[in-house]
Amino acid sequence: MAERRVTVQAEVGLHARPAATFVQTAAKAGIDVTLAKVGGQPVNAKSILSVLALDVRQGENVVISAEGDGAEELVETLAAIASAP
Amino acid sequence: MTGQGPVRGVLTGVGVSPGVGLGPVHLLAHEIPEPPAGSRHGGDAAAERARALEALEHVAIDLEARGAKAGGEAQDVLEAQAMMARDPGLADGIGELVADGVAAERAVYESFGRFRELLAGAGGYLAARVADLDDIRDRTIALLSGLPMPGVPTDAAEPFVLIARDLAPADTAVLSRDVVAAFVTEEGGPTSHTAILARALGVPAVVACSGVTAVAAGTRVLVDGASGSVRLSPSEEEVAVARNAAAARAALLSAATGPGMTADGHLVPLLANIGGPGDLAAAVANGAEGVGLYRTEFLFLDRATPPSAQEQEDAYRTVLDAFPGGRVVVRTLDAGADKPLAFLPPPGEEPNAALGERGLRLFRVHPEVMDAQLGALARAAAGSRAKLQVMAPMVATRAEAEWFAEACRTAGLPEAGIMIEIPAAALRAADLAQVVDFFSIGTNDLAQYAFAADRQLGALAGLQDPWQPALLDLVHAAASAARAGGKTCGVCGEAAADPVLACVLVGLGVSSLSMGAPALPAVRATLARHSQEQCHLAAQAARGAATAEEARAAARAHLPGLADLSL
Repeated sequence: MAERRVTVQAEVGLHARPAATFVQTAAKAGIDVTLAKVGGQPVNAKSILSVLALDVRQGENVVISAEGDGAEELVETLAAIASAP
Repeated sequence: MTGQGPVRGVLTGVGVSPGVGLGPVHLLAHEIPEPPAGSRHGGDAAAERARALEALEHVAIDLEARGAKAGGEAQDVLEAQAMMARDPGLADGIGELVADGVAAERAVYESFGRFRELLAGAGGYLAARVADLDDIRDRTIALLSGLPMPGVPTDAAEPFVLIARDLAPADTAVLSRDVVAAFVTEEGGPTSHTAILARALGVPAVVACSGVTAVAAGTRVLVDGASGSVRLSPSEEEVAVARNAAAARAALLSAATGPGMTADGHLVPLLANIGGPGDLAAAVANGAEGVGLYRTEFLFLDRATPPSAQEQEDAYRTVLDAFPGGRVVVRTLDAGADKPLAFLPPPGEEPNAALGERGLRLFRVHPEVMDAQLGALARAAAGSRAKLQVMAPMVATRAEAEWFAEACRTAGLPEAGIMIEIPAAALRAADLAQVVDFFSIGTNDLAQYAFAADRQLGALAGLQDPWQPALLDLVHAAASAARAGGKTCGVCGEAAADPVLACVLVGLGVSSLSMGAPALPAVRATLARHSQEQCHLAAQAARGAATAEEARAAARAHLPGLADLSL
């Protein structure tokens, strides 16, 4: 199980283009990957609607988790997208 | 849908964009009925699930194709919608429902419904995505149940007459003169989105046309955007007569050139309303002497972050460079009400957004956005050969006008003005004229606020009629106060685009007229046929009338040149 905790930096939060890039990248992976607010219920990171509905704002912390082949690499990439300004 | 509704006769509405259009009717379907609760499929859950997912994929592909065709910001929006259609969370929800025996249509409806609630509950940017989600849902259900697809066809064999209850901006993102012969809407007034868009495209349009949505799809109709008539299944002779009249009028209009002036040489600069650099070509082609209203909010709409200082400066410079020696009147960001911005939400819940924190009021909450815009304008104006005038929307009091004028001076802008669109500002125009350099009257909002009549409501179109004597009184008050204070007062509302009313506005003391570019030739030709004195008399007669209809008739009696132009 690979896991990263990051602070969302984009001014728009994890909405609009940052959310689209995040989900498109997650969707390409062959393994399951989730996104959660700290202490919250994880949602499918490949679902744009679920990610949008989390309503992650700038400055909030999220946890990205994946399990399986390439999980480390995947959460690393997604963490970089989520924390990009 | 063919085979239903009337196919003969004449319907009448309000002509809002002149010209003659002929083509088969395309009915814009908006409302896809909710699939009944409890509807079940035949038993093959796997096949039913596949049917639902195929429909979603089809919708996604179609959205991507439309995005590729539209390009730019519209493409981003449509591609994001395609991602939603392919959402695995949505597919899982549908799969579960179908496994329980629910029919595909209903499963799609319910599965979308779960996300719809989540997004709507979040408010702001996310609540605005609900409309995107509903659009995908309706497209999918239409496919599954064999209903006509909502939205506008982009692959029709010949230009069609688009008929709708009313048109939304999303319906019209990909429209052009090549695909649409005319617009006719059941609702909407002269200042509705349909009317403004039609004039901008130069497509004939009729609004507030009762009964038109009952016309059978495919029926050929002849639309006269000047008289407001919609003739069903016209004869060849009727088509020829309408086309000849339109051609004769077009010939007279193209003969009128040069700066706007009355027959006796009183200059009335004729300017164009634009939404961005993309509208400049039409403005120049129609002989605009400058820009009278640059709606800068189009630079800010449909995006998650404000445009950068450089992006703003570049857009402003492009517009200024199009009119060397001319004037360019820029309206600062007019957000709020029917034009919400994701990154500038109103500070609180607004039960009545048109009366909320919009226009200049939003700048008082976010002064940094104003300063960035004024700064970009000042930099674009430096070294430009056009005369830049900057004005603020939604100003009600002298204190607000002073605050804005001061901000403009601080930014180094030479001329600061205000829109007159709130009745309070028109009534106290003499006070306001002391602190700003010019006025520009927005007749659409001025009518909305003076008559307490929502612009979006077709049922109230009569109160939105710019010929209402009370509105003419307010225009007269503002123009007189400006003149007494040695300031100028233009009109940039849709009223200026009506050639007859344009003469009346000049008679009321208005010093320049700004309108959608396609309206310029008719206004130029009409002004050129009448003296300033005739305009005064027409204005006096109109203000002396008791109703809008009487005002129109009274003014026309003083404007003999209208007959030449078949107006």
